[in-house]
Amino acid sequence: MLQPPTLPTNYTIKPGHIKTSTGKTIRTEEMIVNMGPQHPSTHGVLRLEIVIDGEIVRECIPHIGYLHRCFEKHAEQMTNYQQVIPYTDRMDYCSAMTNEWGYALAVERMLKIEVPERVEYIRVIMAELQRIASHLIAVGTYGIDSGAFTPFLYTFIDREPILDLFEMTCGARLLYNYIWIGGLSHDLPPKFIEQAKEFCKYFRPRLKQFNDLLSYNEIFVKRTANVGVIPKDVAINYAISGPQLRGCGVDWDLRRDDPYSVYHKLDWQVQVGKGELGTSLGDCWNRHMVRMREMEQSLNIIEQALAGLPEGNVKAAIPKRIRPDKDAEIYVRTEGSRGELGYYIISDGTASPFRVKARGPAFVNLSVLPEIARGCMLADLVLIAGSIDIVLGEVDR
Amino acid sequence: MTAQEVFTVLKAQFGDALTEEKISAAGGSAAVGYALQEWISIAPEKTKDICFFLRDDNEMQFDYLSCLSGVDYNNGKLGIVYHLFSMVHKHKLVLKTLCTKDHPHIQSVSEVWGTANWHEREVFDLFGITIDGHPDLRRILLPDDWVGNPLRKDYKVQEFYHGIKVPY
Amino acid sequence: MDIHSLLQAVQGFLTNEIVLAVILSSLPLIFVLIYVLFVLYTEMKLAGHIQDRVAYMRTGWHGVLQNIADMVKLLLKEDIVPDKADKLFFRLAPYVTFAGSYAAYAVLPFSSIYIGANINLGLFFLVASGSLVVIGILMAGWSSDNKWSMLGGVRSAAQMISYELPTSLAIVIIAMITGSLNLQEIVKFQDGGIQNWLVFGGSLPLQQKLFLLPFTIITFVIFLVSSNAEINRTPFDLPEAESELVQGYFTEYSGLRFAMFYLTEYTNLFTVFAVAVSMFLGGWSSPFGSFMSGPVWGIFWFVVKTYVMVVVQIWVRWTLPRVRVDQLMYVSWKVLTPWLLFCLFAVGFILVI
Repeated sequence: MLQPPTLPTNYTIKPGHIKTSTGKTIRTEEMIVNMGPQHPSTHGVLRLEIVIDGEIVRECIPHIGYLHRCFEKHAEQMTNYQQVIPYTDRMDYCSAMTNEWGYALAVERMLKIEVPERVEYIRVIMAELQRIASHLIAVGTYGIDSGAFTPFLYTFIDREPILDLFEMTCGARLLYNYIWIGGLSHDLPPKFIEQAKEFCKYFRPRLKQFNDLLSYNEIFVKRTANVGVIPKDVAINYAISGPQLRGCGVDWDLRRDDPYSVYHKLDWQVQVGKGELGTSLGDCWNRHMVRMREMEQSLNIIEQALAGLPEGNVKAAIPKRIRPDKDAEIYVRTEGSRGELGYYIISDGTASPFRVKARGPAFVNLSVLPEIARGCMLADLVLIAGSIDIVLGEVDR
Repeated sequence: MTAQEVFTVLKAQFGDALTEEKISAAGGSAAVGYALQEWISIAPEKTKDICFFLRDDNEMQFDYLSCLSGVDYNNGKLGIVYHLFSMVHKHKLVLKTLCTKDHPHIQSVSEVWGTANWHEREVFDLFGITIDGHPDLRRILLPDDWVGNPLRKDYKVQEFYHGIKVPY
Repeated sequence: MDIHSLLQAVQGFLTNEIVLAVILSSLPLIFVLIYVLFVLYTEMKLAGHIQDRVAYMRTGWHGVLQNIADMVKLLLKEDIVPDKADKLFFRLAPYVTFAGSYAAYAVLPFSSIYIGANINLGLFFLVASGSLVVIGILMAGWSSDNKWSMLGGVRSAAQMISYELPTSLAIVIIAMITGSLNLQEIVKFQDGGIQNWLVFGGSLPLQQKLFLLPFTIITFVIFLVSSNAEINRTPFDLPEAESELVQGYFTEYSGLRFAMFYLTEYTNLFTVFAVAVSMFLGGWSSPFGSFMSGPVWGIFWFVVKTYVMVVVQIWVRWTLPRVRVDQLMYVSWKVLTPWLLFCLFAVGFILVI
């Protein structure tokens, strides 16, 4: 509903005074501008209330909740743990496979189910393809935010082969309901492996082309360098995770440091921001480059997983009845496309969950925006909000 | 450090503020691992002090608050569960606090970890637990004039909201 | 009434000064309207192909009728004036902007025999009419009751004013070399083939030209950059930054008024590159000397050269990201202007000795 602007109670607008040459004083005041829920570049229904002094941002207050669907209440009312999977899809709709996997992993650990190795490999392939697709959206829309319209279209063209692969496997392009508790809903179709290999071959030069077009473009570097810098201790205090944390120079990736599935068997590097080209660690450019380089690493992972894919039955371990012990509770965190995706599940011994809490990385990453946006210019604020890479479905759940 | 060691240190420091714990007798590991979690329960009025200690103590250094969730235990009690992690020592810890529905007050930890600010607002919004000492306690996900706390087990959705029929 | 006296009456009517003036001055308007259709189609198709997609395939063969459809749609849209907007200025702004932009066509030398007004202060008049566009934009930004529009209008005014400085300095350099501010004289100075173009030094003795060459090329490049900024095109399109300000200073406009602003943008585009072509690339003169030159060929060369520059600008627009406001000011005041001042002194020095 429409609400008048609400500032936190500890903020007052500061009027100032300018003395003109004729000796009169002109009263100046900071202006409250609203980058409302509908806006071409807030990546969804996010409302930013900005107090500006000319072109400088003094305070930025995000208002969220426009996409709140109370996923956690829905999860409690499901009659079966498997029924929650489509709801998890819809939280971070740009990265649905990783959402499903986090939840399925949590329930599997609670029930102590061991899934077949083929399932693990396929899950890794799907999650990494999904990570590439999600990062493509992030960097494409980041290009639009900074005024370059062409890279956006290139990234969406590159997403099409990935979505075709998904559609071939489970029938859906965006919201899959594919990773089930204990296994998968469908096995890979016969043509999947060669089509995925073709995609990997096709995509590598496209990454280089994109880098030449946007990432190393001097205007883009000048606009994103040293903008929105998050110091390391602030990042850890605000529980930042994912490419944002790695852009600050912190070498932390849950796939390697809190390992799950078969990531430890594959050869890949964690990409950390290096502060090259005159940029500072923790600024927008480094986060952008971490995402670009992560896409390349995901390609490596996919190629290795495709080469080492074992045989097996993907539905072998799917349990008939999911009834965890009473008072069993677990918190499992996985590396989603945006950061640490955590699921805290409490069971009360019945067939439906007692409490499912989804810790969305975009929600936590967005909370640092007021801290880093103070003192930047209005044009920078758009770029900072874009580099945090939020998806409102995950922020609001 | 394992959960048992953390518990011992905390008990020595804070004594009566620790109310309950569930730590596996075999000394299960609180380090990075798979285990179903072990937890330590603390009193709601002392959360900030205990958390400051946990964050600043050299051997523990729990500087990363992974998750802060509210729970409605369906027996008249509400609670908050904190999942802590240490980036330095790479060990985990789970803390729980409880409060009753008649007196839902828990001390804020937003001064300890900046991320708790929004998480506690979400708990206030969806559970109705008043967080004492929070700098900016107002609803975050639901509109400011919403009535009720949806994630409580006894929540009844309101009929109309500004003329729009809510349940359909 | 026989045929003879009828023809005489028509001739007398047509050669009447006022009627002749009206007809000749509306020729550029017709040209502008036709040109806008072409350039809109070019821009959208070129944008589509740069972005690896085809644009506009359905209306007419490969979308040639799309612009007509767009114009019809804009004319038929609802005419909204915001409640709290300053009504007079809101209604007046598009027309002031268009008038400022169209006034420049009076002094553009389309051909050796056709120039709207052959005034001795042609270039000066151009800069002055560009300022009228700034006033129109400020009116538009202020009178819409919208903080974002106001921000866009103010940004645009600051941008255009600060980029008038490099533009004027480039004009001064050209005036120094050719000795006149009259655009027709400047183009006549460059007549005779590609080696006489001012970007290569003009029709001066070879020794002087060799010395002048680096400076005229620098001037040309800087003039192109600053004229991009004058017309608010990417990479300088902060006032209409779609990502931040939706449409900037013309967010609140719809229908015919929006069409006027849109039209202004493309007439400005042509004007600015027509001036660049006249000043640096030889105007209506043929690059081959006497082959393919003449009064009618003049129009052909003028339009073709300008259109090529417009296509290059569209290419740049869809490639580069946007420059931030303070970086924009920095570029204008601390990079372009010092370089041009240096060129000014150098050119003056070379011309004197």
